[in-house]
Amino acid sequence: MQRAAILAVLALTLAFPLAVQETYYLSFASRILVYALAATSLNLALGYGGMISFGHAAFVGTGAYVSSIFIAEGLTSAWIGWPAGVAAAALAALVIGAVSLRTRGVYFIMITLAFAQMMFFLVNSMKAYGGDEGLSLAGRASTGMGIDLGSDVAFYYTALALLAAAVYGMHRLARSRFGRVIQAIRENEARAEAIGFPVYRYKLACFVLAGAVGGLAGVLLASHGKYVNPNVLHWTQSGTLMVMVILGGVGRLWGGTLGAAALLGLEDLVSNHRVDWLAAVIPNYQQHASLGVGIVLLAIVLFAPQGIAGALERRRRA
Amino acid sequence: MSWVLILEQTLNGVQFGLMLFLLAAGLTLVFGIMDMINLAHGSLYMLGAFFAAALVQATGSFALGVLLAIPATAAVGMLLEMSVLRTLYERDHLSQVLATFALILIFNEAVRIVWGSDMPLSTPAALSGPVQLLPGLAYPAYRLLIIGVGAVVAGFLYLLIARTRVGMLVRAGASNREMALAMGVNIRRLFTLLFGVGAGLCAVAGALLGPLLAVQVGMGENILILAFVVIVIGGIGSIRGALVGAVLVGLVDTIGRAFLPMLFGLFFQPRVASAAGPAIASVLAYLLMVAVLYFRPQGLFPARG
Repeated sequence: MQRAAILAVLALTLAFPLAVQETYYLSFASRILVYALAATSLNLALGYGGMISFGHAAFVGTGAYVSSIFIAEGLTSAWIGWPAGVAAAALAALVIGAVSLRTRGVYFIMITLAFAQMMFFLVNSMKAYGGDEGLSLAGRASTGMGIDLGSDVAFYYTALALLAAAVYGMHRLARSRFGRVIQAIRENEARAEAIGFPVYRYKLACFVLAGAVGGLAGVLLASHGKYVNPNVLHWTQSGTLMVMVILGGVGRLWGGTLGAAALLGLEDLVSNHRVDWLAAVIPNYQQHASLGVGIVLLAIVLFAPQGIAGALERRRRA
Repeated sequence: MSWVLILEQTLNGVQFGLMLFLLAAGLTLVFGIMDMINLAHGSLYMLGAFFAAALVQATGSFALGVLLAIPATAAVGMLLEMSVLRTLYERDHLSQVLATFALILIFNEAVRIVWGSDMPLSTPAALSGPVQLLPGLAYPAYRLLIIGVGAVVAGFLYLLIARTRVGMLVRAGASNREMALAMGVNIRRLFTLLFGVGAGLCAVAGALLGPLLAVQVGMGENILILAFVVIVIGGIGSIRGALVGAVLVGLVDTIGRAFLPMLFGLFFQPRVASAAGPAIASVLAYLLMVAVLYFRPQGLFPARG
């Protein structure tokens, strides 16, 4: 049953570019895939590792900026720029995680936030690469293998493949020894420590992995818009990623994907699809899409804390 | 650089620090007593500024507008506490972050619908000129007013917390909530009141900083993070810590921005200095917080102990 559902979704997403002719929707679908990857990476740290990181945008931004700088400097090969972006994000996660993971609870939330703010301001002051105006790219990276990433269809399939790989990887990881230990630490850190696991090292490894995948999402994000600006590192961006994870389902395999699709879909629905009777009651409500998003979000926290994946699971059990 | 410049920037730092304190005071008590992360605190600051701008326009008087904005914002804060935030106290931090993040979105759009993206609010004409503090040191009168108001409010708050019965209950709640509950303190009512006071303080800061910065949607988002930095440095739940932390952050931030580029100019090439100076200056406050957390994880003046 579950396998059939996954195969059906996979078939649909594979056929999607063939079915739609409008580039707007293809580009929109790619954006969802990229954000789904970012949210999935956060879900690894947040949901599986139990680390409430409020600075995930820092890693997404690092990946985005490093890969863009390579292109701006003339090194357009994706085989150099993309791994460099991922590696830089992993390195940032290693440094930030090594310091932050010495703190607990609220302090961890705050210190990750502070680090992300630092990165935000540093990027803002990089005058050589656009500063606060951002960095526009001449084009997307090249693969040199006959796949033209500049085409929206090829980019869509690339993003889809990377997201699928990430979700499959997380599925395997959650069942591996490493994944079990990480989840045990989330449930009861003192007990995991007492059993003899090096808790700090496990958490750091999980944090770095999440940062690296987040960096990959950033690489795709910059490549998708052919543009990057400091706002990808703003703390509200970290907040948005958290929103996606919680909306989809914390610590659930498809949580990040479902959350990204739901949030971006909701925004698109409100701002681009006029509902006549609603417009009659509230004129130009479409300019205030985030009001609707805010209300839906608040309702979900208050009434459906398990997220979309949780609600689906409950229905299946019932 | 001359001593006049140093003195001027120090005053600027104190002025910014005192305003940060007004924001951080409410935040640290909410955080300390209820163990609740309230991201919407910055929205109350924004709301206070917009209320002030609208009321100044309506009444034609700066003082009256600002004074009226305080109870208006306090009322919104108390309503918010009674309707939404109260149900979040028992929930985990993740839910609190998310729900109050949603509140930011809602407040931003609500303000945009009611007033638009920004509002004009200028310094009152009587205070727009400079005051000759010392020979050679002319300082804007309006900034002096901010320092004065900030100091008075900080003093008043200190007396309220340290010398009154309500303040005693607040301190008891901050150091051990369960024990205070067991002793029969009505934490719920106390807390609604406290939230109102915190919102009122936000309004004071928002209204006074409005003419200096800008009254616009999203103005609360960056200063909110600085307020969090302040309370983490000071120790969560401690008013004294919030005051010390706020002034410290205000000074470090302001003086860093003013002098770090110059200081770097002494050691590095101008090109490097003009790029690295402002960059390092803007992250100094966060560096300070990381250092404090690393060496004193509970902050400088922990409330629980």
